[in-house]
Amino acid sequence: MTFLRSILLRREAGILIMIVIFCAAVGLYKPQFLTGQSLRIVLLLTPLIMIGAMAQMLVLVARHVDLSIGSMLGFSAMVVGLMYREIPDIYWLVGFPVAILTGAILGLGNGLLVTIFKLPSIIVTLGTLSLYRGLTFIISDARQINRSVIPTELKAMSRTSPIFDIPWIILIAFGIAGITYVIARHTQLGRQIYALGSNPEAAPLRGIDVTKVTLIVFTLAGALSGLAGILYASRWGFVNPSNTGAGFEFQVIAAVVIGGVSINGGVGTVMGTVLGVLLLGCVAAALPLLGIPGSTQNAIYGAVILIALLIDRSVRQRGMISVAGAAK
Amino acid sequence: MTDSAQSAIRELAPARPTWHVVLVRPETMTFLLLIFGLVGASFLSPFFLDASYILRSFTLTAEMSIVALVLTMVVISGEIDLSPAANMALSACIFAWAQEAGTPLPLAVIVGLLAGLAMGALNAFMSIRMQLPSIIVTIGTLIFYRGLAQVIAGDRSIRVPDSFIGINTIMIAGIPLPVVIFVGVAVLLGLVLGTTVVGRQIYQIGTNQAAALHAGINAKRIKVGLFLVLGVVSAAAGMMAASRLGSVRYDLVLGGELQMVLMAMLGGTYIFGGRGTILGTFLAAWLLVIVSTGMTVANLLPAIQLTVLGILLIVAIIATNFIYARTQR
Repeated sequence: MTFLRSILLRREAGILIMIVIFCAAVGLYKPQFLTGQSLRIVLLLTPLIMIGAMAQMLVLVARHVDLSIGSMLGFSAMVVGLMYREIPDIYWLVGFPVAILTGAILGLGNGLLVTIFKLPSIIVTLGTLSLYRGLTFIISDARQINRSVIPTELKAMSRTSPIFDIPWIILIAFGIAGITYVIARHTQLGRQIYALGSNPEAAPLRGIDVTKVTLIVFTLAGALSGLAGILYASRWGFVNPSNTGAGFEFQVIAAVVIGGVSINGGVGTVMGTVLGVLLLGCVAAALPLLGIPGSTQNAIYGAVILIALLIDRSVRQRGMISVAGAAK
Repeated sequence: MTDSAQSAIRELAPARPTWHVVLVRPETMTFLLLIFGLVGASFLSPFFLDASYILRSFTLTAEMSIVALVLTMVVISGEIDLSPAANMALSACIFAWAQEAGTPLPLAVIVGLLAGLAMGALNAFMSIRMQLPSIIVTIGTLIFYRGLAQVIAGDRSIRVPDSFIGINTIMIAGIPLPVVIFVGVAVLLGLVLGTTVVGRQIYQIGTNQAAALHAGINAKRIKVGLFLVLGVVSAAAGMMAASRLGSVRYDLVLGGELQMVLMAMLGGTYIFGGRGTILGTFLAAWLLVIVSTGMTVANLLPAIQLTVLGILLIVAIIATNFIYARTQR
C-alpha cells in the first residue's frame, strides 16, 4: 500500500494520469485518435521539443533559465544550411558535428556572460535571444535555405527507420533523453548540477566548482540546441532566418514546467520531462482532429504552463506539510 | 553603547563627495550615451538636427516607452513583468473586435482597458497571491495573452474606425500627442516615485522586502497595485498603437518585451530591485529612438538592429551592475 502510495504521489504519475485521461477523452469523441497512426503523429511532433526540453531541464535544475534556445537552434541550422549550400559535395554527416559545435559555442557565450559578470541568466539570454537571431539574419543575408540545398540523406532521417519503423529523429531524441538520464542520475556532474540548483550558497562550500558546472550546463544546452537545429533542417527541409526556432523556447519551457521541473532549481527528472513533452505532443496532435484551429495552440500552451505552475505549487506545499507532520 | 558604535562606523566610512554622488550613476551614463548618439547620428544625416524628425520617429515607440516607465516601478519593487507587449496586443484585439461587433467606440475603449486590468490582475494573482516567481509567471502569461490574441484575430487584421485613427498626427504646440502623453506620464510617475510615501515604500520593498514588512509596509498591496496599473497602462498603450497603425493584428509589438526591459535596464534600473529612476528610463527611451532611427538612416538591415538591441541590453546590465557595485552603501 505504501509502495503504491509512493508511486502515485510522484509527480510523474500525475502527468501520466493527465495524458491517459486526455487521450481517453479525445478517443471517446474521435476513436481514430487511439490508433498507431496518431501515436506516430504525436511522436513525430516531439523530437525537437524533446531535445530542447532536455537542455532546458538541465539549465533549470541548476537554477538558471535559457531563453535563447530557439535562437541558438535557428543560428546552428542556418550555419549548417549555408555550409551545404556553399560546399555542395561535402559529406552530409559533417553537418552534425558542425551544428553541435556551433550551438555549443553560442551556449558557452551565454555561460561566460552569466559567470564572469555574475548576471541573471534570464536577462542575459533575453539579450542573446535577440543577438543570435540578428546574427542569423546577418550570416544568411536574410534569405532562406531552400529544400534543394538540404542533402536527401538528411531529409530522409525524418522518414526512414533502422528499426521497428521508428524514424531516426525519434530514436535520436529518445537517445538524448537516455543520455541525459545517465548524466543526471549516475555522474558526478549530474549530482553537482542538482546540488548547485538546490542551494547555490552551499554548493561551493561542498567543493563544487560553481563556475565550471554553470559553464558546462549552458554549453550543453547550446550543443543540444545545435543538434535540434540540424534535425529541424531534416524534419522540415528548409531553414528560414526568421521562422526557424522562433518561439521554440516557449514550447520547451512549457514542456519542462509541465514535466514537474521546479523553477526554483534542484528538482526535476528526465522521466517527468519526457512525459511533459508527450503531453504537449498529444495536445498538438488532437487539436486538428477535434476541428480546433491551430491558432489556439499558443493560448492552450500558455494556459497549460500557468496551470502546471499552480499544481507544482500545491504539490510543494502538500509536501512541506507532510514533512512537518512526520517531524512531529 | 550601540549608538556610539554605530556612529563610530559611520565615521569610519567617509561619505562620498558630492560630485561623485551626482555624476557616478547610471543615469549619467545614459545621458552621455544620448549626447554621443545624437552627435554621431547627425554626422550620418543632417535630418537629425531637425527636432520634428526625431519627435516623429519617437511616436513609433512612444507606446512601449510609456509602458516601460511603469515597468521600471515594477522592477524597482523587486518583481518583473514580461507580458506587457502581449497585453498590448490582446487588449488592442479585444478593443478592435468589440467595436467591430457594433459596440460604441467609448464603450469598446473601456472594454479594452478592463481587459488590460484583468490581465494585470492575473499576473498579480499568480505572482503575489500564489507567490510564484513573476519572471516565470509572466513568461506563461506572455504566451497565453499572445495566444488569446491569435484566437481572437486569427491571421487577419481588424480595422479600427476612421475616427479613431491618427493619434500620432494630433499636434499639441507642434509636438505629437503620444510624445506629450509620454512626457506627462514620466513627470507624474517621477513625482510619485521620488516625492511620495508610496514611492519611498516601493524602493524599500525592492531593497529588502522583509525589512519593509517589519516597517509596517503592506508590500503585497503595493505590488498588486503596480501590476494592475501596468496592466491598464499596457492596454491604453495597445489602443494607442491601434490608433497609430489603423488596424490590429495579433502580432502587434511582437517581441516588444525585449525593448521595454532594455529601456529600463539602459536607464539604470537594477534588475534585483531597489534602485532605478524614472528619469533613467525616460532618457533611455530617447536613446533607443536615436539609435534605431540612426541605424535606419544609415540603411542598416532591421536584423542588424536586432543584434544591436541584444548587445545593448547585455552591455547596459553589465554597466549598471558595475556602477552599483562601486557605489554600494
